[in-house]
Amino acid sequence: MSERLLTIDNLSVTFGGLHALKNLDFHVDKGEIVSVIGPNGAGKTTFFNMISGMVEPTEGDIVFKGESLIGLDPNQVTARGIARTFQNVRLFANMTILENVMVAQHCRTKQGVFGALFNTGGFKQEEAEIREWGEKVLGFFGSRLVGYRLDQPASVLSYANRRRLEVARAMATKPEVILLDEPVAGMNPRESEELTGLIGQLRDEWGFTIVMIEHDMGVVRDVSDRVVVLDHGETIAQGSYEDVSTNPDVIEAYLGRPAEEAS
Amino acid sequence: MSAPMATNETLPARAALDQEWRKVVNHGLLLALVLVFVSLANMPVSLDSRMIIEPMLSMGYLSLLWIPVVMGFIVSSEKVLEGIAYHAKGAREVLAGGLVGVIGGLGLSLLVILIDNFNLRDPLVNWSPALLDLLQFGNGIGFGVIIWPVLGFGLGVFGGALHIFTAMTRTIVGWVVGAVLGVAVFETVIIDLLTERLPFEFITDWFYFIRGGLSQQGAVTAALIGGGLGYLRVLAQRGVVPTPVQDYKQLVGPERTRANTIIIITCGVATAILPLLLGRITNELLANVGLFVLLALGLNVVVGLAGILDLGYVAFFAVGGYATAILTSPNRGDSWPDWVPQSHWFAALLVVILLAILTGLFIGAPVIRMRGDYLAIVTLGFGEIIRLLFLSDWLGGYTGGAQGVTNIPGVDLGFVEIKGTDPRAIFYLVAVFCALAIYVSWRLEKSRLGRAWMAIREDESVAEAMGINTVNVKLMAFVVGAVLASFSGAIFAAKVGSIFPTSFIILVSIVILVVVIVGGMGNILGVIAGAAVLIGVLGGPKQPGLLAEFSEFKLLIYGALLIFMMLKRPEGLVPNVRRTRELHQEEFLQDAWLRSQVDADEQDGAASGEVAPA
Repeated sequence: MSERLLTIDNLSVTFGGLHALKNLDFHVDKGEIVSVIGPNGAGKTTFFNMISGMVEPTEGDIVFKGESLIGLDPNQVTARGIARTFQNVRLFANMTILENVMVAQHCRTKQGVFGALFNTGGFKQEEAEIREWGEKVLGFFGSRLVGYRLDQPASVLSYANRRRLEVARAMATKPEVILLDEPVAGMNPRESEELTGLIGQLRDEWGFTIVMIEHDMGVVRDVSDRVVVLDHGETIAQGSYEDVSTNPDVIEAYLGRPAEEAS
Repeated sequence: MSAPMATNETLPARAALDQEWRKVVNHGLLLALVLVFVSLANMPVSLDSRMIIEPMLSMGYLSLLWIPVVMGFIVSSEKVLEGIAYHAKGAREVLAGGLVGVIGGLGLSLLVILIDNFNLRDPLVNWSPALLDLLQFGNGIGFGVIIWPVLGFGLGVFGGALHIFTAMTRTIVGWVVGAVLGVAVFETVIIDLLTERLPFEFITDWFYFIRGGLSQQGAVTAALIGGGLGYLRVLAQRGVVPTPVQDYKQLVGPERTRANTIIIITCGVATAILPLLLGRITNELLANVGLFVLLALGLNVVVGLAGILDLGYVAFFAVGGYATAILTSPNRGDSWPDWVPQSHWFAALLVVILLAILTGLFIGAPVIRMRGDYLAIVTLGFGEIIRLLFLSDWLGGYTGGAQGVTNIPGVDLGFVEIKGTDPRAIFYLVAVFCALAIYVSWRLEKSRLGRAWMAIREDESVAEAMGINTVNVKLMAFVVGAVLASFSGAIFAAKVGSIFPTSFIILVSIVILVVVIVGGMGNILGVIAGAAVLIGVLGGPKQPGLLAEFSEFKLLIYGALLIFMMLKRPEGLVPNVRRTRELHQEEFLQDAWLRSQVDADEQDGAASGEVAPA
């Protein structure tokens, strides 16, 4: 049994009268790839927003490496080692590709006004390191995001490359856990197959633990160690892909109940 | 945006009477409205004393005459889109311009008749015989009624005809007009520069009439010089003559760095030498511009880099000014205990920096958690609160209330005292601090902090999710801006020698913001250009500019300029590359696509990631 990294205990969130998430229990071990699936509106993105500190849970606790994340700001959560991507790609569109991954290292670096003004040795060294790490994470996607692209604004990238840059930006924050919100949405089959392979590499070669929201069942099947199914803010099933894909509750959540059983 | 060469098919010109009548009438009525408005705003009468070309053209008449030309041009200008066929311009466009001019002129004719027959001076203070006389060219009512449609027709035809000129003629016409106006507007500076220390009276005697304005031979000479320069420009565009600007743009790497160094050193040396050649008035003008450059550079960090719309920026200027005044003047409020010393300007400056940082944090802390409009409104409030505090009886014992603080000494450097009576010295002081501000903005923009500011400007929630402590980083922007503004305040106090709450009205905040916006948000050069144009030519909130006669209409022109810039060139005079991209996202993407730099979603394996840059 490997180290327990993230534990979510009896987590609920309500927006007005709406229960976006209800009594959710969840955990991730180090080195796992966990997929969170569920129909639209099941609360998957709220779940991510809550882990990353953008939404405050009404009840329950999120523990990361023995420390509660409740009440922390998003930037503090990121600093503790949880990075995320966004479902609707949200890059810094007018910053260059390199700047996008450089700025993501903000919480790992510390040079301030003084270093910048006097161009100290520490400042130069840190800038070089930021750049080096930035190019390294961009290099993860082959030649697509490096070379002459480094100094182009992110807005000229194709859709698939924007998604890749989002992943690179999350990697740049030097996290332990990466939350991927629909990483292959909008990609063509060949591209999503490639990214599936890369997600495996993220764990095997880079040592990241991955939690992923995904609708593409092919991707979920190929990479997940474990699948968690949400519906109406509740966990309805958990286990390997084979287990959940044959689970009657899951089938019901996605397809509805057969007509003769409905009462 | 430099669009690629359009490859449009041209259709033959349309018949002269094939007009879009509705459009022509609309533009004509609009022109009439603008002409009447400008007349009743009293521009022609009050600017009549300033001559452009003696004795033919005064600034007053010019304030009316340029409008039909522009309207005549606008009525038939079309947006040319890539790859769509367009009609060639011809008699139709010229006629449209003329008709617009006639309708606009009829508006003024109507005004002439109305002024002659009715007295509306009560609500409209400028409904005056002076205006009537001016509109009639001093020749009686009949002449006045007839001349305007005729004049309007002529000017409108000229405006419309600009469409059928070749690009070369248009460029040259532009340069000729620009040269004549430029030589006329910069009269004070040019005379000052050429005659104060240098023995070039014969040049200014040739160009200028003795009581101001260009002489006729001067106007012709200026036009010829302008035409010549315009022709050179055309040749440069055709690649016949090399242009330094294009050469510079092609430089890369170390050569570019070297060119930059040379440019910076040249600018520095010019800044050092220029004031020596200039007289009092121009140096005073430069000092005022410098103060606003300093303010605008500070606001540029806050608004341009970090994207925080601060409408109460004058607060920091006020804190700098008052702190300096209180710490250096013997005449400060009498409630101060004895241990508060009466110190030297530079010693005071250290306290000022400290106070500016504290004020930045104090105002920033509550404000920074807000976004967008709310933040703007709250900063607006804080700007006023600070001024009212200085004005209040409650602090009157410390700040002098409405009487302010007087007898502020200059900056004693040992060998010379820098004070308001010596604008040249003030200018040097300002220039040193501007250089400091430029260095700070430049270094910070390229640092870790600068990148964080950019990210916050782009998308604050994502920036926070990417690990940026937005509160701290935004506070930092506030503090840097506050310190730069307080420098300006400190110099301002030493310059004017006395400080009153009325020096720090909200208008100052607005003017600084307009300088930043018009100049080019996020661009250091743009901010300097903006300050030079607005403060130098038009004048600051209280400071007269080159066109001192315009002081009445300063705000009107600021407003018009701001609207024009927002519509036509939102990125400012000297744009920041990034801002331009933000504001012209679609055009930019199209350009990039045309240069085949946008990568298509890959279809055929890894190769497509390696499309070579164009």
